[in-house]
Amino acid sequence: MLLRHTPKDSIERKALTINPAKTCQPIGAMYAALGIHGCLPHSHGSQGCCSYHRSTLTRHYKEPIMAATSSFTEGASVFGGQANLLQAITNIFEIYEPEIIAIHSTCLSETIGDDLNQIIQKASDDGKIPLGKHVIYANTPSYVGSHVTGYANMLKGIIRYFPEATEKKTDFINLISGWVEPSDMKEMKRLAKMMGAKTIMFPDTSDVVETSLDGDYKMYPKGGTTISELIASGNSKKSIGIGTWATKEAAIALENKCKVPFALTDVPIGLQATDRFIQAVAKAAEISIPDSITNERGKLVDVIADMHQYLYGKRVALWGDPDQLIPLVEFLVDLDMKPVYIVTGTPGKLFEQKMKEILSEKVPEAKYKAGEGADMFMMHQWIKNEPVDLLIGNTYGKYISRDENIPFLRMGFPILDRIGHSYFPTVGYMGGLRILEKILGLFMDKQDAESPETSFELVM
Amino acid sequence: MGSILTDRKNQVLTKKLGASTDIDCAKESLAGSVSQRACVFCGSRVVLYPVTDALHLIHGPVGCAAYTWDIRGSLSSDRELHRNSFTTDLREKHIVFGGEQQLYQSMVELIDKLKPEAAFVYSTCIVGLIGDDVEAICKKVEKEKGIPVLPVQSEGFQGSKKDGYKIACDALAKLVGTRNNKEVSKKSINILGDFNLAGELWMLKEYYEKIGVEINATITGDGRVNDICNAHKASLNVVQCSGSMMHLAKTMKEKYDIPFMKVSYFGIEDMSDALYEVANFFKDEEMLRKSTELVKDEISLLLPALEEYRKGLEGKKAAIYVGGAFKAISLVKALRLLGIETVIVGSQTGNKEDYKLLADLCNEGTIILDDSNPNELSDFVNQTGADLFIGGVKERPIAFKIGIGFCDHNHERKEALAGYEGMINFAKEVYASVNSPVWEFTSRKKQK
Ligand code: SF4
Ligand code: SF4
Repeated sequence: MLLRHTPKDSIERKALTINPAKTCQPIGAMYAALGIHGCLPHSHGSQGCCSYHRSTLTRHYKEPIMAATSSFTEGASVFGGQANLLQAITNIFEIYEPEIIAIHSTCLSETIGDDLNQIIQKASDDGKIPLGKHVIYANTPSYVGSHVTGYANMLKGIIRYFPEATEKKTDFINLISGWVEPSDMKEMKRLAKMMGAKTIMFPDTSDVVETSLDGDYKMYPKGGTTISELIASGNSKKSIGIGTWATKEAAIALENKCKVPFALTDVPIGLQATDRFIQAVAKAAEISIPDSITNERGKLVDVIADMHQYLYGKRVALWGDPDQLIPLVEFLVDLDMKPVYIVTGTPGKLFEQKMKEILSEKVPEAKYKAGEGADMFMMHQWIKNEPVDLLIGNTYGKYISRDENIPFLRMGFPILDRIGHSYFPTVGYMGGLRILEKILGLFMDKQDAESPETSFELVM
Repeated sequence: MGSILTDRKNQVLTKKLGASTDIDCAKESLAGSVSQRACVFCGSRVVLYPVTDALHLIHGPVGCAAYTWDIRGSLSSDRELHRNSFTTDLREKHIVFGGEQQLYQSMVELIDKLKPEAAFVYSTCIVGLIGDDVEAICKKVEKEKGIPVLPVQSEGFQGSKKDGYKIACDALAKLVGTRNNKEVSKKSINILGDFNLAGELWMLKEYYEKIGVEINATITGDGRVNDICNAHKASLNVVQCSGSMMHLAKTMKEKYDIPFMKVSYFGIEDMSDALYEVANFFKDEEMLRKSTELVKDEISLLLPALEEYRKGLEGKKAAIYVGGAFKAISLVKALRLLGIETVIVGSQTGNKEDYKLLADLCNEGTIILDDSNPNELSDFVNQTGADLFIGGVKERPIAFKIGIGFCDHNHERKEALAGYEGMINFAKEVYASVNSPVWEFTSRKKQK
């Protein structure tokens, strides 16, 4: 057994993370920046970080992921990285010709204390930024928060730079997307469009990290929010931040900068969260909810009713990011399942509070933890003490799944060993259906494989 | 070739008769390049990682550990401790006040619970900056817990992967020679530089054992701390992949006067040479006879099987971009055996000698690259009309986007590629990828 070293008895741990349920800030900043059209993410630090982030995103999307690095060396880490960054800006515009460079820091440059804002200003003063090109930045020290924090910080960096408020407000609404898959972004846009809302979504990684194979390698694929859209977002009549952890600060920043009021809603995973998303869009755009949407909702409810007997009382362990976990746990409760263990490496008191709200009445036995010490090792120990029927989370659950023979639904980041997440959404009513289909498939496959001949059933 | 940064013109070379084959390598990457290179820590980590009964604790913020969690398929025949990810997960307070206490605590907790045979403690960039005295803490824990605790000072910014290899070798060298609790015969070798990806090491072991050679320590594929501690008792070090383990071989030569020999296990020629040379070293007639026999048997099985694939590959063109240039040399030869001509060959961290060898080996017009980037690679592929790309994780999707075949010759190989069996696997993989029907559905303009 791969994880045979995990003991059942919980061990005293003061200072240690084993098998983390999170990763570091810059990868989030990189992912967010990829959602801007013509943007090249840039990692201000040593080469290793950048290479790891790119590899991880490449493994998750099976797509080329481009990002440049300041290539710190010993000298830079003593004297600061200004020279490297200035040089990098020149080189990047000369050779890779992006519209935008989106710089994020790393642990190293943060600790040295490089002032990105000042360095970029200098680059601009020295004429190193060609006319019509842009350099934005985000501070992303990994010893604070998690990969989600990095995503949120890059969104703030985008807001700091692009949106402009003029006299004329438009009737567009901004959809500030949390960290979800490109398929999910597409689905949210589809739903909004079905309702007749005019939207600007950012970031938008659809058609950037899931592109077609047409015999030509393009450094900047066709997708991504455009610069003109980003500028125009300052004139929208309202913003909706989708996912508190990832978008709240950006939504606030946009309100402060351009007086665009905002509402926050959960990532629309499952029935109720999708209801809230639809309502938020309807309210912001001042439109009514069309029958076509109600119809989709009805189908999801129908399948839940049909399949309730297979879902009822099933114990689930989940790990991932708060913005996904909160609506997902709520959905599981709505399915009459029992999300009993929930872990996120991303810190935040709000998470435990939300979990309490959702679970205290219906699943009082649930255990959940966020931040320090909340890792896969701890979750595995919980499972060893009292098993579950289903695991939901990123690829790193496969060890537990195999060792304990528990069905495993892959959701979250990263998924290194399956495809589909780029193309098939898990948000919206149809996304809820997909989650259901997957869960049921896992349960039924297990039943088919393991049930004794006598109780092997044709019709399920 | 608009896409070459002017400052790196000398890192690209086209082979021409009589022209200089001097390439500007071992340079630091330019700031701002989309370099395919990694860091020192990465180098140390991949080299030491397959020591399966040791604790690998990464001292740093979470990322460096999260990204290296079980990313290399190094198989173990016993413990699987190495497949977990242990990190001190430094927070802001540690950056300000230092992480020594955190490190000490973590180590003690882990060693008590998991009972590893040794511990490797990796320093990442930030540790170098906040000035933790990792060495002192390692010494302290070593004393208290009675197992070797080795600091691996692999701060990423010190250089590239290659520098990390050296640091890893230094850590291993500290283990070598510390124990004498193993019977080792006169005809024994250590295998250095194979990491047991897809079980390759087990294949090699079998070949060597068949010709009558005893394997003492395998460093580090399927590696064990006790074997490494006894590694000085072998008569010969056989080193594959010159990049990562040469330094250890040289150290052992100096300290214990153990001779070493550079080999490659990739491709028929190189694999056979690896056996013959070891047999020759021991000046053992019997061993040589057995080697000849083994090679004959294997080849008589292999060649007919290869013929099938060769027919479908004859005249195709390949681009190679791998970690070390030495590996590229074996690849060029193996591809030639399949009837494939190499038109582009490059590496992240090759040295001058390697590139010179490469240039000598390759045909006229072959493009030779050091520390390349995606744009450049894609331009050259289009320009040369290559049908196949051999590289690592970051190159795969680029190759596919252009619409050509791909073979992973790095961490993510799924099939053993070493030895005779490996040659078949390699041929099969290349054949399947190059001749996949999917390429008929793409619109790549074939440049013939
Ligand atoms: S140093 Fe920081 S930014 Fe770089 S990989 Fe490690 S945790 Fe991430
Ligand atoms: S922080 Fe340093 S050691 Fe860690 S991945 Fe980045 S370059 Fe490598």
